Amino acid sequence: MLKILKYSFYDLMRSRWSYVYFAFYLLLGVVLLFLNNDLSKAVITLMNVIIVLVPLIGTIFGVMYYYNSKEFTELLLAQPLKRSSIFLGQYLGVAISLSMSLILGLGIPFIFYGLFKSTAIWDFSLLLITGTFLTFIFTALAFNIALSNENKIKGFGYAILLWLFLAIIYDGIFLMTLIMFEDYPLDKLSLIGTMLNPIDLSRTLILLKLDISALLGYTGAVFKQFFGTNFGLIVSISMLMVWVIMPVFRIVFKAKKKDF
Amino acid sequence: MVSIQDLHKKFGKNQVLSGLNLDISEGGIFAVLGPNGSGKTTLIKCLLGMVLPNKGNISVLGENVKNSSSYRHKIDYLPQIANFPSNLKVKELIKMIKDLRGNTTIDQDLISLFKLEPFLDKKLGNLSGGTKQKVNLVLTFMFDSPLIILDEPTSGLDPISLIRLKDLIQKEKTKGKTILITSHIMSFVEEVSDEIVFLLEGKIYFKGSITELKNKTNQPDFEHAIASILTDNHA
Repeated sequence: MLKILKYSFYDLMRSRWSYVYFAFYLLLGVVLLFLNNDLSKAVITLMNVIIVLVPLIGTIFGVMYYYNSKEFTELLLAQPLKRSSIFLGQYLGVAISLSMSLILGLGIPFIFYGLFKSTAIWDFSLLLITGTFLTFIFTALAFNIALSNENKIKGFGYAILLWLFLAIIYDGIFLMTLIMFEDYPLDKLSLIGTMLNPIDLSRTLILLKLDISALLGYTGAVFKQFFGTNFGLIVSISMLMVWVIMPVFRIVFKAKKKDF
Repeated sequence: MVSIQDLHKKFGKNQVLSGLNLDISEGGIFAVLGPNGSGKTTLIKCLLGMVLPNKGNISVLGENVKNSSSYRHKIDYLPQIANFPSNLKVKELIKMIKDLRGNTTIDQDLISLFKLEPFLDKKLGNLSGGTKQKVNLVLTFMFDSPLIILDEPTSGLDPISLIRLKDLIQKEKTKGKTILITSHIMSFVEEVSDEIVFLLEGKIYFKGSITELKNKTNQPDFEHAIASILTDNHA
């Protein structure tokens, strides 16, 4: 698996898109830090960008990489390699190279800004950790979609729909339910609702750490009340891990049953 | 060498293989023939474990295909369509496959046999179809395995390379290897193969030498013998 991982990683590191992605974060980091001297505001803006953009890029890259390397995957399948190691290697290659672009792109400007002397280092690290989680989750979901759909156009369509649903539509439906059933106790429902969407979960996680109650919203407030800040952080991080592990298991399972 | 019992495979509603039985003994060149869509590639992919059969048993060199991936160390496979990652160089691809499968030195001889030296530093995306096929042949033959499977090996090759390929196949045969070939070029099949396996509607219709096939169909030459099977069964 490590060999496949190595080759997928190098393959992506050489592609133009990794640099574009890296350069984008570099620019974003520089602009936010040096043109606007308030660090906590910069972190919040970054959070808003990361929470929408990272899942989108993870989904698109994951689907694109799978379909583009299809013939090559077939070449690998005829070699004495286990199926699970081929697909896990490719998945980790994509997810790690995307996370690298994110971490380096945002990390470099922060180091120049003097991050290590600042008190915001934990907020910032948490932001990068969440971004990495989101990359791993959405790349895994994208691989799942691509494995289940032979048709490229369909695969892309489902992937974009998934992103749109989790990033935008889910919130809308969630809010509507909360309004419609406002006469009932909704704590449990909103807790579960937050856990079932990795994007909401990440948002809550970061806002809990930043401790900005005005931005927490209803679900965040319930989350904080229910778990408390520290336990809340642990619960949400473990939920994010579950969100990584489940789709990865399905990749292995699907890959074993598929005809190529 | 290879033994297949009662192999069934369905893709959706399309029954491709229905109860195929085949035994291939060690040594010699076997040509798998059949009309388009008769299941040649599916059969080969089942052997390689790329397609999972609905029913039936396959064993290669005494090892059941279902249980492991290590039996593929003993198989060299040439895929029908060679599409490699386009931003890799030829040299890098060869190095990478060696890294994945184990070291070998035969690749140098094969590169000079097919005159690929000038292309080693070129990216695979910029190569012509024929050159890609030559790279594909190098990747296939460089591991010296006892079973070689070639899916349409002649596609895109120029006449000189075709002669070199035929020599190469004969050389491998003298080492006692088993070689499975599918091809639609009948003259090529007639020239190289010792035995014919003819697939029709997901079953083996005929297995034997070319002379036996000619006798069975009462046709003077090989191409007409094949054509007569097809017309008898489809007209």
